[in-house]
Amino acid sequence: MSYLGYPDFFEPYIKKVEQTRPARVEKRKKEEEFPFMSLQERQDMLKYHPDYKEEGRREIKVGPSKGYRIAHEFVDLLEAKSRVDPDKVDLSNVDYETDVLVIGGGGAATIAALIAEENGAQVLIATKLRHGDANTMMAEGGIQAAVKREKDSPYYHYLDVMGGGHFKNDPDIVAAFVKQAPDALQWLESLGVMFSKFPDGRLEAMHGGGTCRKRMHYCADLSGMEIMRTVRDEARNRKNIKVLEFSPAVELILNEHGQCAGAVLYNMETEEYLVARAKAVILATGGAGRLHIQGFITTNHYGATADGIVLGYRAGVPLSFLHTVQYHPTGVVFPEQIEGWLITERFRSEGSDVLNVNGEKFVNEREPRDVESARFIKECLDGNGVPTPTGKVGVWLDSPMLDILHGEGRVRTAFVGKWKVYDRLGIDISKAPMLVYPTLHYQNGGLKDNAECETVLPGLYVAGEVTGGLHGENRLMGNSLMDIVVFGRIAGRNAAIFAREKAKGGELTLKHVKSYHKELKEAGIVTDRVAPMLLPDYTTPEVKEKQLTVSYLGTMR
Amino acid sequence: MSTKKKSKNPAKTAVKEKRQIAAKLTPIYIMGKRYEVPEGLTIMKAMEYAGYILIRGCGCRGGTCGACGTVYRKPGDYKLQVALACQKTVEPDMYIAQIPFFPANRALYDFAGLTAAPEEVFKLYPEMFRCVACNSCTKACPQGIEVMDAISALKQGNIAGAAQLSFDCIQCGLCTSRCFGELAQYHMFQLARRIYGARIVPRAEHLAEMVKAVNEGKYDRFLDELKRAKEDELKKLYQEREVEPMTAGEDWKPKDTRYL
Repeated sequence: MSYLGYPDFFEPYIKKVEQTRPARVEKRKKEEEFPFMSLQERQDMLKYHPDYKEEGRREIKVGPSKGYRIAHEFVDLLEAKSRVDPDKVDLSNVDYETDVLVIGGGGAATIAALIAEENGAQVLIATKLRHGDANTMMAEGGIQAAVKREKDSPYYHYLDVMGGGHFKNDPDIVAAFVKQAPDALQWLESLGVMFSKFPDGRLEAMHGGGTCRKRMHYCADLSGMEIMRTVRDEARNRKNIKVLEFSPAVELILNEHGQCAGAVLYNMETEEYLVARAKAVILATGGAGRLHIQGFITTNHYGATADGIVLGYRAGVPLSFLHTVQYHPTGVVFPEQIEGWLITERFRSEGSDVLNVNGEKFVNEREPRDVESARFIKECLDGNGVPTPTGKVGVWLDSPMLDILHGEGRVRTAFVGKWKVYDRLGIDISKAPMLVYPTLHYQNGGLKDNAECETVLPGLYVAGEVTGGLHGENRLMGNSLMDIVVFGRIAGRNAAIFAREKAKGGELTLKHVKSYHKELKEAGIVTDRVAPMLLPDYTTPEVKEKQLTVSYLGTMR
Repeated sequence: MSTKKKSKNPAKTAVKEKRQIAAKLTPIYIMGKRYEVPEGLTIMKAMEYAGYILIRGCGCRGGTCGACGTVYRKPGDYKLQVALACQKTVEPDMYIAQIPFFPANRALYDFAGLTAAPEEVFKLYPEMFRCVACNSCTKACPQGIEVMDAISALKQGNIAGAAQLSFDCIQCGLCTSRCFGELAQYHMFQLARRIYGARIVPRAEHLAEMVKAVNEGKYDRFLDELKRAKEDELKKLYQEREVEPMTAGEDWKPKDTRYL
């Protein structure tokens, strides 16, 4: 009833892949690549990208970036009220007091906390789910840094980052990034991250889409998990870092001098709102995949609901590059149980071909992600996609080639995470190809900051996916893990210094929330929506209809 | 292409079949309470279908974060099964309970002060010698890790072995929940992996060299040039940059060495 673990339905299609495979492997061995697109061809291809669909976005009517056109799903959250009535929060009753408050519990947040602590600060991490529940944990591919002097340097890393981002990136942020990446990698090595290495300690490295040198380092195919659990372990050893789980921030708090001075936290289990007072705040809440922009499936963590964007924006921080969202070219289309799951770009880096329904190549596997995704979408729109019994279409990613190119067992050992997941579903991806389609993966933009992680709001620092500028309009693989390390460290250091030297204290206020509400009203926005969303809502409409006490959009009562 | 037309019909029929299948409901028991959910859903999606709004017991939804450790039994079977709720599809009449948190002893240590001496690990986790080799941990691991073997390696002072065997560990704590000797295996493995990564595997010398060069300001001038470059100049540099071939070996060197 099945062919290589797939339903019979796929047999004729898989056979086409098998027919063309020997010739394609030969080409790989001879280094004959499918030609890259020119910059103009890339630009033309992007009209197939979801970002370029005008009906998918609208102008935001309020706030510091008023008039900016971004996805409806973002605007909906920004044109929404606070979860709390600012007048009801008793700011004189402080529940938690700390030097540096870190909002978020992923890679950027944890790294920022470590460095803030090393700079003498008492740190409180407040996070929505568990410490470590974040997109960082799920990053598979790797981490970029130019670290082999005989062939690479920050100069080339800079060019690659800019090229990937359509040359729109913030040059200061990019320069700081590529320059500090090697030191960041060495710091991870010293913490005990198990990088894949040659026996002499040299780091294994490979290409990613849009790289001119092999500088993507990795820990098998669980790079993000290995980094996340290592830095979390280190944070657990530090006596001046406290962690509050299941306690997301729902508003930033300012002091009378206009500095960021804490946050209103929400204990999701007891449904209490609590006041955390701090001398500096680091916002590192990650991304937004769970908004399911334009109905796309996502690779993101359950908690990726753009909370930080809402908090920062209400407090006056403008947006930057939020008009672009990254669709990872290779999300699983079938089997349905793992729909939307990320298949790391490394499969392509190592030489797996991407194929249409005829088993033919139609694109170089290492175009920048937005171009690659757009090309897949076009191929399927042109009718050359592989159909599935679930009514979706996709393209093949020919993983079995890797065992032929690099030796038997390559898929099983280098991609052990993915191999196991498919194996549980009865598919051996060293024998059968994977069916993929673009999936919502990364928030390229976010809150505007500079190379020091400062925002327009004194005392508020940002790091990681919640920011915008480093990646321009499109992030390259391996630069998000490095982003959280480089800028997590910078944010941690600067927040600790601010807490020590610049914080003025004084009375706490939520005036900015009140004026935001006023602005909403003046803009004629009448809505029941509240934000941040905190959790996505996967309740079926039938059940929802009967949940009579759920009085507003979102999932919390 | 001709295949476009050919492929249309079977796909459509299959979609229809799929819908019929999707409509078929199967009974499951969430913490003992009966719900009917569509076949083929994961346990996590089945709980959401039933109306649960998950706060705990739900994380990456991709099998890597360890938030959704789940135990279940099937009628007539004495055996306790384990799974990740985001990975395991429902089976008729399964009795499901999640274990989103399990208290576990974690040692505190100053990592910078640790060496690779096994005695230090023994001192931090003396309870590892309570292991009676019952193998319940291995049976409870949703990742298929040889948990008991990794503990045995650690007991023998083989930190590298424990680190390598446990590399896929998602720290869900199911092993700990089943341990007769009351070990928190996953915390011990975390320590082993860090010691292995930082103290046993040789450091990357080329990495230290690059850090030194950056700190000496070797690349500052190049980066300043790039920061000042106009978009057109940058585009030209970008397009002309030499690309390391995909199949190049570790010894590959570029022709242009001006910016190295």
